[in-house]
Amino acid sequence: MQAEEKKVLVDVKDVTIQFGSRRHPFTAVDRASFQIYKGETFGLVGESGSGKTTIGRAIIRINPTVSGDIIYDGKKINGKISKELDREVTQKIQMIFQDPMASLNERAKVDYIVAEGLLNLPKKLSKEERQRQVSEALNSVGLLPEFASRFPHEFSGGQRQRIGIARAMVMRPEFIIADEPISALDVSIRAQVLNLMAKFQREFDLTYLFISHDLSVMRFICDRICVIHKGVLVELAETEELFAHPTHPYTQSLLSAIPMPDPVREKKKVLKVYDASSHDYSVHKPSWREIRPSHFVWANDPEFESYKN
Amino acid sequence: MEHISKDTILSVENLQVKFTLRGAVLNVIRGISLDIHRGESIAIVGESGSGKSVFTKTFLGMLDSNGYIDGGHVYFRTDDTGASESIVDLTTFQSEKEWLTIRGKQIAMVMQDPMTSLNPLKTIGHQLEETVLLHHDISKQEAHERAVQLLTDVGINEPERRCKQYPHEFSGGMRQRVVIAIALACDPRVLICDEPTTALDVTIQAQILQLIRNLQSKLNLTTIYITHDLGVVANVADRIAVMYAGDIIEVGGVEEIFYDARHPYTWALLSSLPQLGIKGEDLYSIAGTPPNLQMEIKGDAFAPRNPYALNIDFVERPPFFDVTPTHKVRTWLMDPRAPRQEPPEAVRRLAEGRL
Ligand SMILES: Nc1ncnc2c1ncn2[C@@H]1O[C@H](COP(=O)(O)OP(=O)(O)OP(=O)(O)O)[C@@H](O)[C@H]1O
Ligand SMILES: Nc1ncnc2c1ncn2[C@@H]1O[C@H](COP(=O)(O)OP(=O)(O)OP(=O)(O)O)[C@@H](O)[C@H]1O
Ligand SMILES: [Mg+2]
Ligand SMILES: [Mg+2]
Repeated sequence: MQAEEKKVLVDVKDVTIQFGSRRHPFTAVDRASFQIYKGETFGLVGESGSGKTTIGRAIIRINPTVSGDIIYDGKKINGKISKELDREVTQKIQMIFQDPMASLNERAKVDYIVAEGLLNLPKKLSKEERQRQVSEALNSVGLLPEFASRFPHEFSGGQRQRIGIARAMVMRPEFIIADEPISALDVSIRAQVLNLMAKFQREFDLTYLFISHDLSVMRFICDRICVIHKGVLVELAETEELFAHPTHPYTQSLLSAIPMPDPVREKKKVLKVYDASSHDYSVHKPSWREIRPSHFVWANDPEFESYKN
Repeated sequence: MEHISKDTILSVENLQVKFTLRGAVLNVIRGISLDIHRGESIAIVGESGSGKSVFTKTFLGMLDSNGYIDGGHVYFRTDDTGASESIVDLTTFQSEKEWLTIRGKQIAMVMQDPMTSLNPLKTIGHQLEETVLLHHDISKQEAHERAVQLLTDVGINEPERRCKQYPHEFSGGMRQRVVIAIALACDPRVLICDEPTTALDVTIQAQILQLIRNLQSKLNLTTIYITHDLGVVANVADRIAVMYAGDIIEVGGVEEIFYDARHPYTWALLSSLPQLGIKGEDLYSIAGTPPNLQMEIKGDAFAPRNPYALNIDFVERPPFFDVTPTHKVRTWLMDPRAPRQEPPEAVRRLAEGRL
């Protein structure tokens, strides 16, 4: 992608998200800022509990934000918004949820699960039209039309994940948040689901926010990767740039841990352990800085100088 | 059983396991033979449903009630300190009492989800001491000391303080370490780890794998590591056994499997790893689905999904061919009459170190 033709689709500006009571708030995401370009696959990686899902859920308006703005296609979509905009966002942004076993309504049949979003469209569809779109969506993810009358528990993990994708695709979204879409899957089904997502991206010019803790998969599918640690974004760069010049010590520890299917290389591998207490932010406060072209890192002045070398 | 060599701790011979399900019979393990050596680390790799868990549950008498062993032997060397050496056939075990001499004591298992194997209402220290006392005749104080030692062994800092805490106060990776500590509490000789890291993120996964590796050499443990992801075992295993539809179709040293695999199914597993994929191109994916285990399988079970299948693959089950004395494979491609077949591009790149 050429720099001049990049169009920002999602602009997350200084967003903070908290849980808990007002008196004992817990900050799950702390002043996060990043932009997702139209048509790209943007990866968000970090350890369990770092706030990845929380960010995804804030973009689809499930988690309220405490401060900051989320701009979608030029319009602010967090906080209070008009009914029309809410509807528009509900259609254009879809999320594929983390756990295919837990995220599907067990008592509903597949056709209802997939059609659910269509029922709330501003323009009511006829029953026939709805059915046609549902079978088209099922077909596009490689599921047979007769599966429509089955219940979720009658499917394998990979099939259930594809039902989740069909449910998102039927809405003809522009932007999909895929939350660990493959970590529960077997290797062979994993490949099918990744290929399917790539195919939809080519055909419909989709934009993805791909959430995962598996960097080997992300290297394969993401254009850019953003690293989050305990609610704080620590590094952001184009994928190969990040792998070539990992700068923040947490990113370095993540990269050092990637398993390689290569015994000789694996035996030489040295794990880097990240020690969060190595940062001294008592005097010099950290901020988000560009260390190389389009490569950002969370650092204070002395760190920034040392990272440069 | 005289033919079982000295360094073999478990010897499986032509094992068959069946399940009855609503009147139908499922052939889940279809004649597996495998020797596991004392002190080695072996990984069992295969797709979901290939029978990895069922296979290893036969070492522990933990098959579900509708499952049964329909043939074959599982010989286990219970002791190898000179005179008292003895070998038992685990398939002849009838009573729970017999199993209690093996399960936990000699062969222990770490399950996939650490939360299901920990009691949320008891402290970690209490759970460890309980397990220690169950198998050793020692005082409470000694059991406590042992518990602290075990936590230290699995790399948990401040073990005294940690003993007083409950499972929910531990992170996912630490809980997994505790489960391993509990499995080690009775000094087992064989440790089975069933997908111990799928729920963990990479950094913690790498630490757990390294931990298992260290324990194995420190305690001379035999470890059996079960996973569907060939991508994670390059470091943890000395040997790899590849399973498909209830059978081991290729087994060899870790370098033999990664750099010189011979079975098209092993090629397919390797090719579908994203680490071997080329950005912007489709990742290799195995067409079709594994066979229905209710049906009798003719020939090579992988044949219908195998782009390299020969006619004979649909007719007759291939025997084991020796690639080297340590590397065996069940594919007709190894027959001298078969056409020569190059492995796919991604597998060749791996072998040539061009990743
Ligand atoms: N509804 C909620 N109420 C209270 N705390 C929450 C809620 N949702 C998330 N959290 C907390 O916010 C933090 C971030 O959680 P989040 O689910 O975003 O993590 P994640 O990065 O997606 O982790 P994983 O890889 O395990 O899915 C965690 O500490 C979590 O416990
Ligand atoms: N109690 C049971 N009754 C009937 N079939 C069973 C039973 N337990 C297991 N099976 C079948 O035996 C086969 C092998 O199951 P097993 O759990 O060993 O697979 P696995 O290789 O461990 O898979 P995974 O990677 O998903 O854990 C599967 O087809 C499964 O459906
Ligand atoms: Mg999450
Ligand atoms: Mg299993």
